[in-house]
Amino acid sequence: MGIVASVLKKFHGGVHPPGHKDLSEHCAIEPMPLPKRLVVPFHQHLGAPSEPVVKVGDTVFKGDLLGGAAGGISATVHAPTSGTIVAIEEHVVGHPSGLTMLCAIIEPDGKDQWNPQLKGVDNPLSLEPVAVRDLVKNAGVVGLGGATFPSFVKLSPPRDKVVDLLLINAVECEPYLTCDARLMEERPKDVIEGIRIMLHALQTKECVIGIEDNKPKAIAAMQNAVAAEASQSAAAIRVVVLPVMYPQGSEKQLIEVVTGRQVPSRKLPIDIGVIVHNVATAVAVRDAVCFGHPLVSRIVTVTGKGINRPANIEVLIGTQVDDIIAHCGGLKPDIHKVVMGGPMMGLALHQTNVPVVKGCSGILALTRGESSEKPEHSCIRCGSCVNACPIQLVPCSMAWFAKTEQLDQLSKADLFDCIECGSCAYVCPANVPLVHYFRYGKLALQSKDREEKKRELTIQRSKLREERLAREKEEKERKKEEMKAKMAAKKKSGKEADKQNPAAESGNEAQA
Amino acid sequence: MSPSSLLFTSSPHIHAGDSIPRIMHTVILALMPATLMSVLIFGWPALLILVITTATAMLTEYLMMKIRNRPSPLGDMSAALTGILLALTLPPHTPWWVCVVGGVFAILLGKFVYGGLGFNMFNPALIARVFLLISFPVELTSWPQPTGLFGQQALSFMDSLSLITTGHLASGKLADAISAATPLGQYHVVVGMGKTVHEALGGDYAFSYISAFTGFINGSLGETSAIALALGGVYLIRKRIISWHIPVSMFAGILIPATIFWILNGSKYPDPLFHLLTGGLILGAFFMATDMVTSPVTPLGQIIFGAGCGLLTYIIRTWGGYPEGVSFAIVIMNATVPLLDQYTHPVVYGKAKKNV
Ligand code: SF4
Ligand code: SF4
Repeated sequence: MGIVASVLKKFHGGVHPPGHKDLSEHCAIEPMPLPKRLVVPFHQHLGAPSEPVVKVGDTVFKGDLLGGAAGGISATVHAPTSGTIVAIEEHVVGHPSGLTMLCAIIEPDGKDQWNPQLKGVDNPLSLEPVAVRDLVKNAGVVGLGGATFPSFVKLSPPRDKVVDLLLINAVECEPYLTCDARLMEERPKDVIEGIRIMLHALQTKECVIGIEDNKPKAIAAMQNAVAAEASQSAAAIRVVVLPVMYPQGSEKQLIEVVTGRQVPSRKLPIDIGVIVHNVATAVAVRDAVCFGHPLVSRIVTVTGKGINRPANIEVLIGTQVDDIIAHCGGLKPDIHKVVMGGPMMGLALHQTNVPVVKGCSGILALTRGESSEKPEHSCIRCGSCVNACPIQLVPCSMAWFAKTEQLDQLSKADLFDCIECGSCAYVCPANVPLVHYFRYGKLALQSKDREEKKRELTIQRSKLREERLAREKEEKERKKEEMKAKMAAKKKSGKEADKQNPAAESGNEAQA
Repeated sequence: MSPSSLLFTSSPHIHAGDSIPRIMHTVILALMPATLMSVLIFGWPALLILVITTATAMLTEYLMMKIRNRPSPLGDMSAALTGILLALTLPPHTPWWVCVVGGVFAILLGKFVYGGLGFNMFNPALIARVFLLISFPVELTSWPQPTGLFGQQALSFMDSLSLITTGHLASGKLADAISAATPLGQYHVVVGMGKTVHEALGGDYAFSYISAFTGFINGSLGETSAIALALGGVYLIRKRIISWHIPVSMFAGILIPATIFWILNGSKYPDPLFHLLTGGLILGAFFMATDMVTSPVTPLGQIIFGAGCGLLTYIIRTWGGYPEGVSFAIVIMNATVPLLDQYTHPVVYGKAKKNV
């Protein structure tokens, strides 16, 4: 019996938001015409921003490096099409604070030409595992489920850790989104190829692809693809069908469902022998290794009742949301909110002239009816949030501590275990914006932490200073005493002492 | 950055659609069988008491909101619910002014002094009832026999109106409705005198389980009909407004000791079914102890809370100075809720011992 549980486990809580996948699940993945301008942020991943290696006026091929990885956890950024770098400047991006970020602005030349030097590997499974990892790293592949963690890190486990299971996250539990489902329906073989490469890099023999049962076509496609190549390799790949439940696509919950084990708090899945990759990441890994193609595009679900033509589109990174909306027939008049990502965890946009980044799985145009903002009432302690939380936190009390700035209480409340899945706020009858309070609370705790460290440093410094001053004072006293003693001695013993003391005194001076 | 500056961008962007008004409406709906039964059993006076307490509660809420310059939340019906619940705990011929004092007290001192819905520590209806019981013991402990809405003994509407407002019947003569102790009162007094349970409830008193089940016995307006209350309670659980934790643990909290003592000495301690069907236990377990604001939010906390309510009820009924203890028990347990919440947090994901 391996690490996979014989019976699927249930994770605590969870919610059942209506899927709304019917809006776009029948839409085949379509390419998007080249936009006039691409805005490519240098920071699209978890970790340090990449450092620009191009300058204004450079012409680039599709796939050329724009930004190099900085530090251990970082990712490279590449030109999504061939053209000219017309600017490297701050540009608004999808970020909660409406921040700007350093971006390369590219004017496409219309040829969309890959750099001819980019070459793939014919037989990836004959590569050294480390070589696979380097290819993935150089291709700028990050987790495409939304977390955007650089993928190469999760393909190179520390030497003392054994990976028993590669878990492919094809759950797509966020309502509305259908990009992963379409990818599996249309490119199941590519997914399997990607998985084989990942298994090879990890030197792992077992893989489970977790798919929720509201995607029967994707399940069938993947099962067929698995069956078709089952005999080719020793490693076993299995499709596991999961009952629909949000947030099953969260790494921790998926692991719990499939293996029956929980990732210990503050540890990583690797610590219990599991690595999780998103299904779209598998395809990106395959493209990187087999074709040498860096990650320069992704599939985005454009949906919601507020868009005229829902679609699944293969979009170049850096394409502006505006252009995508226009390509999909524009927004309807009763539009209320445009969200980047899914409706449970996505980010509402202040403005739509922001670029699609590697982690953007959807663009939701929500009407007032789909997303109604009701005024916040004070918590009525109904406990629904407690029952819904997959992490078994007590959201109502955490929110209260955050709202009333009781940071001491908050720091004891396991706030940092919260995955911001939104289940609690989704069910709250009082419309308490719980997740908002958690984000606020996390920031407040972090800045308090920083301040405390600073204060500690200051205290240490001033302590040192005080010590030094005290020592100096002591020194002075001592000298005075010595002086007195000297004087006394002088009086007593006359000229004899006079010859010794100046030397000792100057020595003291130097020390002080 | 202030907490409110980011509100509009926060995920999630969809909502399950639950709301406070929906909860209140559902609870009121679940109370309807018991409310209708109270009118059927006790006649027009019951309806008048219901109307007076509910109207007073709502009016108080409206005025408070006016004074504090806040939008009126009457639409959420929480004040109406408090009024109905209070009425259901009152004796069938409670004078109008007691109803008014109760309604005002419930909203003003039961809710607003704490800062409004969500901040109150005690169930407003129950704290008002406890206050009334202590302040007006006579009015709160006279138990006329059920006379029904129809039938020969039933009071006419005019008689009822006059009775509630003046204490006299419309015809001018003093109301001399036949009064008798509630089953719990009867047990309390007679067994207290050293007699047996059988002597207390049999004989002239002729306690009947069937009457207790349907509700045609004397007691507070809304507490007598076990079947109507259970119907509402099950509806609330099915609608997921309440969970099973509090009612089940509360029943267990009283029925387990009741069974043990009954087995030990059946002549002194009545059987568990008696405890279940009489007094305010079922009303309390489904509608009072489960009040969201004043009960724990964690499942374990709810179980301890419910068990405490049940156990305290048994203790007060059996050894206390009052024949009935549900209100006191719940109010006492309300006070433990902050502690219960604090010490019954579930084990956070990844923090279970077996994981570390
Ligand atoms: S769901 Fe909302 S109202 Fe209910 S306890 Fe949680 S925060 Fe309070
Ligand atoms: S957002 Fe955090 S507190 Fe709320 S349900 Fe998800 S994990 Fe629990």
